[in-house]
Amino acid sequence: MALRHFGAAAAVAATVGLGASPAWAATEIQWWHAMTGANNDVIVKLATDFNAAQTDYKVIPTYKGNYADTMNAGIAAFRAGNAPHIMQVFEVGTATMMAATGAVKPVYKLMAETGEKFDAKAYLPAITGYYSTSKGEMLSFPFNSSSTVMWVNLDELKKANVEIPKTWPEVFEAGKKLKAAGHATCGFSGSWVTWVNLEQLSAWHNVPLASKANGLDGFDTVLEFNGPLQVKHLEKLVELQKDKTYDYAGRTNTGEGRFTSGECPIYLTSSAFFGNVKAQAKFAFTAVPMPYYPDVKGAPQNSIIGGASLWVMGGKAADEYKGVAKFLTFLSDTERQVYIHKASGYLPITKAAYAKAKEEGFYKDQPYLETPLLELTNKEPTENSRGLRLGNMVQLRDVWSEEIEQALAGKKTAKQALDAAVERGNTMLRQFEKTAVK
Amino acid sequence: MQKQAIFQAKLLPYALVAPQLAVVLIFFYWPAAQAVIQSFLLQDAFGLSTSFVWFENYLDLFRDPAYFEAIVRTFFFSFAIAVSSLSFALLLAVMADKPLRGSMLYRTLLIWPYAVAPPVVGVLWIFMLHPSLGVLSRYLRAMGVDWNPLLDGNQAASLIILAAAWKQISYNFLFFLAGLQAIPKSVFEAAAIDGARPMRRFWTVTFPLLSPTIFFLLVVNIVYAFFDTFGIIDTMTRGGPGTSTVTLVYKVYSDGLLGGNLGSSAAQSVILMVMVIVLTGIQFRFVERKVTY
Repeated sequence: MALRHFGAAAAVAATVGLGASPAWAATEIQWWHAMTGANNDVIVKLATDFNAAQTDYKVIPTYKGNYADTMNAGIAAFRAGNAPHIMQVFEVGTATMMAATGAVKPVYKLMAETGEKFDAKAYLPAITGYYSTSKGEMLSFPFNSSSTVMWVNLDELKKANVEIPKTWPEVFEAGKKLKAAGHATCGFSGSWVTWVNLEQLSAWHNVPLASKANGLDGFDTVLEFNGPLQVKHLEKLVELQKDKTYDYAGRTNTGEGRFTSGECPIYLTSSAFFGNVKAQAKFAFTAVPMPYYPDVKGAPQNSIIGGASLWVMGGKAADEYKGVAKFLTFLSDTERQVYIHKASGYLPITKAAYAKAKEEGFYKDQPYLETPLLELTNKEPTENSRGLRLGNMVQLRDVWSEEIEQALAGKKTAKQALDAAVERGNTMLRQFEKTAVK
Repeated sequence: MQKQAIFQAKLLPYALVAPQLAVVLIFFYWPAAQAVIQSFLLQDAFGLSTSFVWFENYLDLFRDPAYFEAIVRTFFFSFAIAVSSLSFALLLAVMADKPLRGSMLYRTLLIWPYAVAPPVVGVLWIFMLHPSLGVLSRYLRAMGVDWNPLLDGNQAASLIILAAAWKQISYNFLFFLAGLQAIPKSVFEAAAIDGARPMRRFWTVTFPLLSPTIFFLLVVNIVYAFFDTFGIIDTMTRGGPGTSTVTLVYKVYSDGLLGGNLGSSAAQSVILMVMVIVLTGIQFRFVERKVTY
């Protein structure tokens, strides 16, 4: 008796509770992401705006930890049979997601099946190329993209009477001068050692990192970054490490404080470092394109992106997919892209949004915010600069870092280290190829 | 004197141990069996394609020279962590056991670090000794020491050992202190009357009477060094520079969770499990003989 009353009361409460929310009949769409701070606010605002704009669907964003955590949570949820609809996955997870045929719903298919208006040409090819098949079919939806830039401490360069370097030889020269001018522990440095010194370096000089268009054309790809350019570059870094003209700052971005504290006046890292620089740097700064070797023909080419994209998970109901597609269309809107670009510092993903931001004069006072876009669109992407798609990328990067560290510590020559990195990486790629769904 | 109690009830003892057995079965044997099964499989991260590969995951490991390096490194780390944290904790416990004013305060302060989680320990030491973030590393550099654990493998290894040993000192201290206080004071007094000096009293009276505690802590510390240090490694060095801080359990984590290579990760777990079983067996078989209860 009491129990029945309770049941009835609960039912009433539930109805009232749902009735109070305007979207009580809405189809829920789960969106798992890895954004914190100001970027989390952007995500929440996007979801709130979308939910307010219509009543059929309700996007529910959930923070799931850092990129790797979010991806692992998504994979675990998929194995348990309750994956989210949309999952934000960092760019290095692309191959893993793509290999999981059936676990994900390619975006181009989703858009076609739900009849949403979708023009792949409206997006910046340097960004979508990373997430598309070789035929140009978009697999995931680019969300937050960045690229490698060179951050420069203008005050310190002026003090040491050094021009902003454009080429690598100029950077080495500048490093020496800065060291002589008091930066004894670090003339120049950078984060994400493999991203900057192998992945971006190769794309920027139009040399392959791996065969099969860096893995975009198939999982039977072989690493090729032990070529003369990469070896020469690493040799130079090893040489300059000895007297700390270059000083290694770690595998991830933990060394970025060395730039904002003024210790390293030249620092190569992601353009997404902007927020921290703006908040912490007590000096005039700017970000310029990555340096290049002038003796390499055609350099610089174009840079590749970092950041993350939105993957739509497989096995969901048709009306849920309809909502997901509507949400992606909502995100592609020019005004909205301009808002995301300005609020987060990440790149706009459509050509229209880029043009609009330019037209509004957004880059006039902050030219460094356009730098990554100029790099990405510097030239039409080639096989070597469209992007990377290598399985087990997180671990691959660790293995490559291990070998680079051995070289910088003087335990191996640059050539030996890169050869070993290629060999160990290839073993991992074969392992990945075996497990990839055919 | 009757040494054995005899219970008449047939079912009651089973009923009484049943909850404990259930916990062990669910939380130990079941996952362990899962690991064994997984170690024979090759599977993608999503579990969409699975193939049975017999012992290939194990063979791949044994063919990999880096795996043997990790084994040797793990044993070295465990030995270094256990010896340094045990000896230092014993020293502190002996000192805190003396009748001192405010000894309760010392004891409490010495126990505190045990409440700190391993990753937090890592972060704590990063703030002290990271080459670019660390406070102490600035002084070290100012003194002319080329302190750079990002590139110097030996420095990174010492850093991990230091942090891991530091974390375990409180736990060891707690047991040593309890052990010391369980030793009757009259034994010391008798030894003192016989003219034994403090050092001699320690080695002939205290140390043998503490041997059960030392033995227990040795087992616990080695298991700790094997399994619980990965949080520290992950926050401080991520296995680097090179592979100089990759231990077996860190490799299990990075291959399985970061790399999505569940088969190899499971095979490594099984090997690790066997290793710890053997190690504990050896300790009980040989080291325990030296223990006086």
